[in-house]
Order: sequence, then C-alpha cells, then structure tokens
Amino acid sequence: MPRRDDLHKILIIGSGPIVIGQACEFDYSGTQACKSLRELGYEVVLVNSNPATIMTDPDTADRTYIEPITWQYVEEIIKIERPDAILPTLGGQTGLNTAMDLYNRGILEKYNVELIGADAKVIAKAEEREQFKKAMVGIGLDVPRSEIVHTMDEALAVLDEIGLPLIIRASYTLGGSGGGIAYNRQEFEEKIRQGLKLSPVTEVQIDESALGWKEYEMEVMRDKNDNCVIICAIENFDPMGVHTGDSITVAPAQTLSDKEYQMMRDATIACMREIGVETGGSNVQFAIQPETGRMIIIEMNPRVSRSSALASKATGFPIAKIAAKLAVGFTLDEIPNDITRETLACFEPTIDYVVTKFPRWTFEKFPDADSVLTVQMKSVGETMAIGRTFKESFQKALRGLEIGHFGLGGGKKDLWESSLRPEEEEIRSKLSVPNSDRVFYIRYALLSGMSIDEVHRLTQIDFWFLRHLEEIVQLELELKKYSSVQSCPMDLLTKAKKAGFSDQQLAGWWNVSELQIRDYRKKQGLEPVFKQVDTCAAEFEAYTPYYYSTYEQEDESPARNPEKPQRIMILGGGPNRIGQGIEFDYCCCQAAFALKDLGIESIMVNSNPETVSTDYDTSDILFFEPLTLEDVLNICDRIKPDGVIVQFGGQTPLNLAKGLEAAGVPIIGTTPDSIDAAEDRERFQEILNSIGLKQPPNGIASDVEGAQSTAAQIGYPVLVRPSYVLGGRAMQICYQESELIRYMTEAVNASPDRPVLVDKFLQDAIEVDVDAISDGETTIVGGIMEHIEEAGIHSGDSACAIPPHSLPEKTIEEIRQATYALAEKLEVRGLMNIQYAVKEQDGKMDVYVLEVNPRASRTSPFVSKATGISLPRIAAKVMAGVSLKEQGVTTEVIPKHTSVKESVFPFSRFPGVDIVLGPEMLSTGEVMGISETFAEAFAKSQIAAGSTIPESGKIFISMASQFKDRIIEPARRLSKLGYELVATSGTASALQAADIPVHIVKKVQEGRPNLLDHMANDEIAFIFNTPSKRGPLTDEGRIRAASVAYGVPCVTTLPGCLAVIDALEAFASNPTPKVRALQDWMADMN
Amino acid sequence: MSQPVKLALADGTVFSGTAFGAEGESFGEVVFNTSMTGYQEIITDPSYCGQIIVMTYPQIGNYGINPEDVESSGTALKGFICRELCEKPSNYRATHSLSSYLAEQGVIGMQGIDTRALVRRLRTQGAMTGVISTVDLDDESLVAKARNSPELVGQDYVQAVSAKETTCWSEALSDLARTPANRTLLEPCEKRPKVVAIDYGMKWNIPRHLVDCGCDVEVMPGTSTAAEILERNPDGIFLSNGPGDPRPLDYAVNTIRDLIGKKPIFGICLGHQLLGLAMGGEIFKLKFGHRGANQPVMNKKTGRVEVTSQNHGFALDEKTLPEDVEVTHLNLNDNTVSGIRHRTEPVFGVQYHPEASAGPHDSRYLFDEFMQSMTGAKV
Repeated sequence: MPRRDDLHKILIIGSGPIVIGQACEFDYSGTQACKSLRELGYEVVLVNSNPATIMTDPDTADRTYIEPITWQYVEEIIKIERPDAILPTLGGQTGLNTAMDLYNRGILEKYNVELIGADAKVIAKAEEREQFKKAMVGIGLDVPRSEIVHTMDEALAVLDEIGLPLIIRASYTLGGSGGGIAYNRQEFEEKIRQGLKLSPVTEVQIDESALGWKEYEMEVMRDKNDNCVIICAIENFDPMGVHTGDSITVAPAQTLSDKEYQMMRDATIACMREIGVETGGSNVQFAIQPETGRMIIIEMNPRVSRSSALASKATGFPIAKIAAKLAVGFTLDEIPNDITRETLACFEPTIDYVVTKFPRWTFEKFPDADSVLTVQMKSVGETMAIGRTFKESFQKALRGLEIGHFGLGGGKKDLWESSLRPEEEEIRSKLSVPNSDRVFYIRYALLSGMSIDEVHRLTQIDFWFLRHLEEIVQLELELKKYSSVQSCPMDLLTKAKKAGFSDQQLAGWWNVSELQIRDYRKKQGLEPVFKQVDTCAAEFEAYTPYYYSTYEQEDESPARNPEKPQRIMILGGGPNRIGQGIEFDYCCCQAAFALKDLGIESIMVNSNPETVSTDYDTSDILFFEPLTLEDVLNICDRIKPDGVIVQFGGQTPLNLAKGLEAAGVPIIGTTPDSIDAAEDRERFQEILNSIGLKQPPNGIASDVEGAQSTAAQIGYPVLVRPSYVLGGRAMQICYQESELIRYMTEAVNASPDRPVLVDKFLQDAIEVDVDAISDGETTIVGGIMEHIEEAGIHSGDSACAIPPHSLPEKTIEEIRQATYALAEKLEVRGLMNIQYAVKEQDGKMDVYVLEVNPRASRTSPFVSKATGISLPRIAAKVMAGVSLKEQGVTTEVIPKHTSVKESVFPFSRFPGVDIVLGPEMLSTGEVMGISETFAEAFAKSQIAAGSTIPESGKIFISMASQFKDRIIEPARRLSKLGYELVATSGTASALQAADIPVHIVKKVQEGRPNLLDHMANDEIAFIFNTPSKRGPLTDEGRIRAASVAYGVPCVTTLPGCLAVIDALEAFASNPTPKVRALQDWMADMN
Repeated sequence: MSQPVKLALADGTVFSGTAFGAEGESFGEVVFNTSMTGYQEIITDPSYCGQIIVMTYPQIGNYGINPEDVESSGTALKGFICRELCEKPSNYRATHSLSSYLAEQGVIGMQGIDTRALVRRLRTQGAMTGVISTVDLDDESLVAKARNSPELVGQDYVQAVSAKETTCWSEALSDLARTPANRTLLEPCEKRPKVVAIDYGMKWNIPRHLVDCGCDVEVMPGTSTAAEILERNPDGIFLSNGPGDPRPLDYAVNTIRDLIGKKPIFGICLGHQLLGLAMGGEIFKLKFGHRGANQPVMNKKTGRVEVTSQNHGFALDEKTLPEDVEVTHLNLNDNTVSGIRHRTEPVFGVQYHPEASAGPHDSRYLFDEFMQSMTGAKV
C-alpha cells in the first residue's frame, strides 16, 4: 500500500541561511526530499530564503519561494498554494520551529494543512524538555537529573539542589545556542540569563553534568508499519561536555560491546515509538558512564539533522530521501536499496571501514571570542574521511580539514620541531580544557613522555582512541629513525601509509619535496586502491559509484563507461568555512549537472559530508577524499580524467591547480597561468595598464619599514592584506601609521613568506561585484551587483542588489566594458568575478578595479537566482568545449525586479565579540529578498536574515562624527514614521539642532540607567551605530556586543542604515508580506 | 614480534597476514560475518564449528572479552580473521584481550589482510574450504592442503559440540540484555512449564531466554531419541541451533519426526532446518550463507519487518515443503524461507536467532509464542 493518494501538493520548509549549527546538510536533505516526492508524482512547493542552495534551483521544486522563513510569510505562501501537507522534518530546527508557529497560530487548521513526518504533538514531546524527560522515564530509560526553569529564582533553587558543575540549555534554539557549562555561580547566573533571553519560550533546562562520559548518537528510521531500523551509530571522540557538532566523531561506534550496543538500540527505538515519530528519521543521543556502563538518554531530534547527513554519507544510506518517501505512506520494505538494487531499504547498514568527522572552526576570524569548546556549537564546517582503520581515517580527516596539518604531526604547523615547542604546563591546560587544537596537544603530550593514563585523566577521551593516537606517534618516531625515504624499510613505509600518513608529512621529516616521496613510493608500487561504499560490507554487489582510498590489495575503482567516452573531474571545496561554503558547492553541483547534460562522465571529489555534491546521486562517480594534491593525484592516476575543473570549489582546488598541472593533469577552463596572472600583483597591474583600467594606488611591502614608506607614498587610509588570501583573512584598513605598524607585526606572522599588499583605501566608494562568463569569443555579464555597504566592507559580508539601485547607466556601461576587456585579456574560459569600486570625485564617477577572480564566485548562485540564468552550469559547458553561442546564451539578462542578497553573521555564538564589519569576512551565510522595488526586496532580506523589522518603538542612533550630518534627514524620516529616536549626547545634539525630537540616554560610562539597561529591558527596537572606535573593550563595542546578546538588530554602516530606513518606509506603507514564486518571476523575464 | 600467518583457499588464493591468538594450522569452511559488534558472541557460538570466520568490520577486539557475554563454554571455530586487531581493549567489563582469549582457546587468529578482498571473493565464488597456518607458509603446499581438506557439506559437526548428557539449566539473561524491549510480555503462569532443549550446539542465550520467560529448562544431547525426551515429560521441546549441514543428521530428524504432534516444538536455525526435514522439506546450500546482525525478515502474518541475527549456510527449499507447512517468515534480501509453522500442530521454527546475542532483539516475541503454545498464557 504505497503512496498516499489523498495528498497532492506538499510544502517543504527549508532551513534558511547557513549559520553555525545549520549548514548545507539541510540543502542536501531538502533537495533529496524534493526530488523523491516529485518522482512520486507530488507537486512540491518549497520555501527557503537561501539562494545558495540546490533546492532553490527553479527545477528542484515545482514552486519555489525564496522568501523569509517566518510564519507570516509561510502563511502567505499557504494562502496562495493551498498545499495539502507540510513536511517539516527536513529543514532543520528552522523548519520545525516554523511548522510549530504555524500550528500554534491555528494557520494549519485554518487552511486545512496536515503536518506529515512528525505532527505538532510529536514535535512538542521531543523538543520540550520536561515532556521529553517524563516520557523517557515512563518507558524505563535513565535520564540525567534535570530541571526546567523559567525564571532566575527557579534556576537558583536548582543550583542549590543539584550542585555545580551544571549544563544549561535554552529550549528551542539552534545548535545549542544559549547554553553552556557553568563551573561557578557567576557563570551559572550569566548563562541562565542569556538562555532565558534567547529561548523563544523563555525556558531553560539545567542538567546534571555527565561531563567526561562517553557520548553516542543513534540515527534511526521508522515507517508507518512501525518498522524501525538503525542507520548508524556514531561515537564521539570528545566525551560529554563538547557539543557533538564540535566533537570529532567516529562511525560506527567503536567501544561498545554488542550487549551495550543492543541496549542503546532498544532504547533508541523505544524512544522513537514513545515520542511518536510516525515516519522518517530521528537522532537520539546517549551518554555512558565509562566506569559503570550506566546509560542515560540525553536528547532526541524528531527530524533529519546534521548527524543524519553524516550518517547518510558514512553508510551510503540516503536518510532524507527515504524519510520523504516514508512520510507519504511508503514502508521501508517497499523501497529498494539503490546501492545494491536487489535488496530493500528495510535493513541496517553495516560498514567495513571507519569514518571520522572533524569539525572546522574559524576562531582566527574572531580573535576576541572564547575558543573553549562547550555545549554550544562553534564550528562552521566539517570534513569527513573514510579509511579502513581508525588511524587511516583520522589522519585523512586531519588533512581534509585544510588547516595546514597533513596528519597528526609534521608540517609547518607542527610546534614540536619548532622554537615554540609547548611546555608541559601548556600541554596540560590544552588537554584538560577542550579546544580546537586538542588532538595536536595529545601528540605533544605523548612525545613529551606523558603516559596514556595521564592523557586520559586530563581529557577523559576513551583509551581506545588515545591508544590509536599513541600508535600513530610511535610510527612517527619509528619513521624518523631513518634519514631518508630510500633508507626506510618498505614494510614500515607501507605501514605508515596504511596508518594514513601523508606524503607531505613524510616529506617534511625527510626534508624532501612531497613529489619526491610520491615518485619514490609509486616506483616501489606503494599506491592506494579505491574501495566502494556499499551499505553492506560487500555482502551484495553494489552499483553505487561511491569510493574512498586506502592502502590495501584489491582495487574496485570503476572502468570507463563505454556510453560516456569523456571523463571530467570536478574538485569540490572541502569543509565549509567563512569565505568558502555552500555557494561553491552549489557551483560544483551545477558543473556535475552540466556534464550530465552533455553526456560526459562526471567525477566529484570532495570531503564535506554536509553537501549535495557528496550525494552519490549528484555525479556519475564520487570520491570521498581530502582535497590535497596527494589525494587528488592518486585519484587521477587511477581514473585518468580527460579534464579537471578547479574553478568551482573556491580557493581549495585553485590552490591545487599548479601542482596538478605540473603533474600532467589536464586542467580545463581558464589556465592556471591566467589565474596566477590575476592574483599576481605585478602581472595584474600590467594587464590593467594595457587595457586602460585603473586600480587604487598601491604597493607591496615585506617588512614594517617598507609598508610605512609605501603608505606614506600613496596616502592614508590604506587597506593592507597578505597576498593570496581567502575571505579577507587578516585584511585591515589602517587610518594612521600606528595602526599600520601594529598590523604589520601581526600580518607578517600570519604569512611569513608572502608579502603584504598595501592599497589606497577608497573612502565612501560604492563597491560593485560583477559575475561574467567567457568562452574566449563571447563574454556575457551574468549580473552587476551594487553593494549596499561601502567599499572596505568585505564583499562577502556586504548586502548587494541586482540590478544596481543607484548607479548611473553610464557607469554601469563602463563596468560592463571593463569586464569584457578583462575577460579577453585574461583569456577567461568559464566564470570570472570582478570587484569594482565606484568613487564620485568632482561630480564624476570613477571606476576602479579592486580584484579579479577568474573562477566561480560566492555570488554565482545569487546571480543565477536573480536572473534565471545558471551561470555555473553554462560555464561548465563552456569549459567542456561548448561555446556560449552553441548554448544559445548570447545576451545579458537584466531583470526588471530587484533581488537583494544579505549576509548572516555568527555573532550570537561568540558572546562579547564586536560586530563591526570590515575587510575581513565574518558572515557564514546569506539570504535573498525579491520584490519589484529595492526597498521591499531589502526589507525582505532583513527579515530573512533574522532581523525583526519593528513597526514602532525606539530606535537608537549613534553616528561617528563624520556621518552625523548625513543621518539627519534620514532620521527625520524615521521620526515621521512614528519611531521614537534615542541617542547619546553627541548624536542627540546634532538631531536636536535640526529640530528632530530625540530622547537622550546615558553612555555606558555616564552611569545608569544607560543604554545597556534600556536594551536589557527590551526598550530598544533597533540600533544604528557606525563605529568610531572598535573592539570589545570600547563602550561602542560593548553596546554592539550587547545588541547580539539581547537580540536587538544593529546596523553598523551608514549606507546600511539608509537602506534600513528605506525598508522601514516600504514596510509602513505596505505591511502585508507579498510572496511570489521564483518560477513566476522567471516567467516575467521571458 | 609480528608472526606471519597465511590463509589459502581451495580456489588457489593465498592471503598473508600477521598472526595472533594460537599458533598452528587448521582447516575449515571460510565464511564472513557482517556484524559490527558481538565478536565475542560469534567466537563462542558453537554453530561455527568447522569454520574459519572473517569479520567484515575492520577493527575487532576493541572492547575485549568479558566473562558474561559467552555463548558456550569455549570456542568451536577453526580460525578467526580481521583487518586490524585491538591489543588493548577499552571497556569496563573486559577481562581479556581477544588475542589472549583466542590463544587460551587454541584458535589461530589472522590480521592485516585485505579482508574486503577476501569477502568479495567468498561472495562471488561462494564459501569454500581454506587452511590457516602459522607453521606452513608455503603457498603451494597450503593450497594443496585446502584442496584436499574435506568440505563442510555432508559432515556431522553436531556431535562435536552437542551436550553429552542431560542437565538442568538455570541461568537467566544478564542484566544488560534485560532491556525493557527484551523481556517477556506474558503474564507469569501459575505452573512453570518444563522445556526440553535439544542441544545441537546451543547458544546459551536461548535457554537464558527460556528461563526469563518462566520455564524450567532441561538440556539434552542432540542424539537423544523421542522416547528419551518424552520420558522427561516436557511441556514443550526446543530444537537448538548448531553447526554445519543438517542433512547427515538422520538421528535428529527421526527424533523430531516422532515428536511432532506430541508436544509443542520450537526450532531455531539448525533446529528449524531439522524440523523442516522432519516435516518432509529439503535443504539446499546457500552460496555464501547469511551471517550478520542486519538481516531483514518479513513476518508474513503481521507484515512487519524484523532486523535479525543470522548464521547459516543452508536453507529450506520453499518448493519442497509439504502442504501442512506454512512459510511464516521470509528473508527480504533473497526471499529464502526464514520461518515455518505446521498448519495444525503447535510446531514452528525460524532460521534466524531471536535470542540475538550478537544482534538485535526484534524477534524476542517468538519465545513468548513458544510459551503460549505450551501454557496458553496471555500478554
């Protein structure tokens, strides 16, 4: 009895922008759900505000709404589309929370919409901690002692009863935000206050601490016949106390006997049944006390999660796809297992390899943030590696992280061999307090002679893991006994490769190049083989082309497909990080789709388990491997691709381009030499000169003095940055020499063998981003994006609009012509992105070229959604040799409507950090607002990004002195709209002088009640604050940091403030949200 | 330190690895098991008598060996192969490492080979005889030995592992196994039913379950006659699992044939196959068998799927079953017979392991059904 025929149209809620705790995994799950429901003949309506997703491609769903994911907007969509059902379990916590809002407000009832997968009762039972705990005790499961509180007084009573340390979690928040471990009373009070504030239901759970216990996750699925299967058991390397998103995790569980495992399996299924998740996937977390085996259940997510994406990639079992089918009435035994074809989805995958997931953090972006790992997730991405042993998969995961470590030891970042070798005290503290470098310090500890018992005592990491790290360290010492690779016995070298050591590590120890190691071992026949991921440990023949490398005997890599004579490899972007995320994965997927269109065999290489690109359905062959030269060349040796695309995965594959080319791998598209020409200072300057374009005055410096003299020559302010950087890493604007000197000491440290670039900073210039495609004959502009924030704010952090909302047509044309010239001169084959700055000087608009990147850009998906032209797909075809003319793409599309992209920031995860924007990129994700007018599109983008647009209330304004004049007229508009203005004395007197009513509040140092108090009392609805001073220690910095803590929207640039005022006006005149499907906007353009 | 060991297959393939456990040489049918946990239960399962086991999961020995999780008093297997052995286990219950336990038991262990390559060979070529040796490392000689060693088919391995005399069984399930999902749902009976369990190489978790259901259990040798069994005046008869090919076991088939219609009977694995033979069915050999803890079985009556623990190389041929035998369960992977029931008598059997150990507890209800067939107890 398959498929429910009473349903016709199903609404899927996506998860919105990429934030910490909610990343590409929900694009992966949502896309799978859309595909499988449409295959079954349902009409699928989708809402997601994130344009950088495959799911929002117009051909993924029938009706696609790129709109804010709030109950108000979703109600409008329901009103228009009248779906029969909502599938809320595939859009992360956002999807679930939105569904609950719709339910609680009676909207589902009003429009007669059914929740499928999990209904409101189930969601509440799983998510409301008190209900959950009661339910678990009711079925005989052990739980940590805990209490739910709604006020500080209640919290203090619990503190007295259970005692410290305690774990605090806010209810209904993402990835554990608003939580933490309190070791003392002050910490406890702080965390309770923050948790109550952040929880949408003012509810906080206080738990008995199971710190140091072993932590596990079970991924389970259930169908309407009550068939339950466990897809994967995941064991955390880091014991309880570190959020599972910040833990190194391993699949399958390693240290459970069958008795313990079955106990956990029974508990998982009992929990699933008791909570009542009728169909779909869930995730249940457990802790086990290592000394006694006491097992407690921690929590349950009645939905597809980050862990289920990991479990899907780890086992080959597509949880989201199956969950969607179960939601519409199929049972597990009615769904075939794609991988084996002959067996069914109703089974439990068994694997014959070890999977390690490693989180990727970006603390370097937030130097003021607390880098200690706690129950609140802080990582922005992850990498996964597959090996036949834990040692191999662990070391592969380390190099897949792309943080400069090519395994557990060795390389430039290895402090042991350097003057910075850590002392015992530092080692001890790094072991006992969880942090992002802990595994490296475990190695230092072992090298320093610390015993495994002591390491265990300090870290509480299970002995099983520690002994494997010890074995890796022992192998390292063994290898180092030999002076060269030639003198190292082959069986030892083989053992090292089997344990996951990279050529880079060995090269470092033996002081030769990576390629010398590679050549030597290849000559000796020491090469990896590729094994298949098949869900069944080879019990059945598998058809899914999903592979990983290992050093063993039998190779299973696929032979050439006679129907697809050409093979093209796409290199992905690796783990998400700030500056390189889902946008590039989007591009890689589009490249795979393009190759499919052309009948070319596509081969994807990536190491990020969250992504659509690592879905085995996306490409013809998938290699789940780290993106290092060694690993990619190993694949090329076996697969012999006819072409490799390095343009689409961001900086990661570009960094490999030269090495690949040197090894004779055919790179297609723009040549590595052209890429280099665009990145090399001098070569690029020559190119600009030759075609009559200009750059801001600039110079280059390799030391402090050089920088000082260059700056003096071109004049302050200057923009300084190391060469070859991603996401504006270590980029800064210096207004005076003292800042420059301070910067130079830091920057040279950050990048010792690369010089620092010094540019004249163009103040108050408008920044423009252009994406274009060229095939060498024709160049088409994909989109011209005018930034909202001024030049100097990283383009990845700035909001922008298509088409430009304020630039004169003449300037736009000038930019267009410059783009054509650059494409021609750089011989671009495929995508390029150019950043321009437009500065008004003497009534004339001057166009400067800031940067050219001959590759897919972060904006490619946004432009594709705004114009209906899939830039990366077209570009991939160009690279495969099909010209733009042959593709029928010869004219630029200039939409009549406006699309605005806004960035989303992780500040709430890093309490106390100053949120001022600058040249260093800090955002994790983006949203898009579409409307007929700029103001409305901008307003939507703000709502989608999580700002509340207040209809009334107090707006606090504080402007740096140079902007005070320019805020006056806009402030008057605000006042007219009925908002009360609040300012501190300086800005207030400027407003009063212009006859604008304003309340004066005290600055922080002026005593109390000051602005912070008003914020704490919920009296401030919005903050406009352009900085004159930065940093968490300044008054301003504290105000801005507090805005995050109290959830008050805060805009920190003048153009941003102006755009918000436009939006508030638009909102006032038209408060009812207007929604429109992407397909309808597209139809207008044709 | 690392001692070499070789495995030669009858098809001429030779694998070289590192030895652990005992030294020596032995032959057996090489089979693979896909369970990711439960190596201790597998190693102590008497059904593996005459076989060399390859574990598909690469990291084995992680949680050591403990005194509770045994399925018999020792081991019956002929060799044990994994990708990487853990020498120093990590688990609060561990008292031995796997390696020291195998050494104690005289079982040759082998690690460090491409076990996936070996498994793929067994999958495509079928389970075959192999010789594992730490003493003879000559490929040709080993292959010759593998070819000359007897096959498992047609052998009686039961008598090597069956109980030698009748004993009372009293041990119940361990606390760890008594999860809420793994306990009897029946109301306790006034009178404890008496079960005679015929031991063809019985896993201990079966009588533990019977005790847990409230039975008095007597274990009798696999060679017992119907008269000897009926003399004990049982309320029900249980036919256990056991090693190898059921077809040569005429004594067991004759006994069972005489018991049908006299008492409720429940058979597991080999016991189920013997029951099928006794009712007139025929047995065939599976290419490489079912061994693992993730085998889906459809209960035809309820339409629900159980994830089951399995360990068998032979199966009942559905076409040969007489009219009065109903197929109650099917293996969803290959649609082979997984459960049968006599249409009129309280006699049934399953090919898989409701006692789990190692494996899921999904099929525990079968013990309740056996209980009900004896006492009519209610849920």
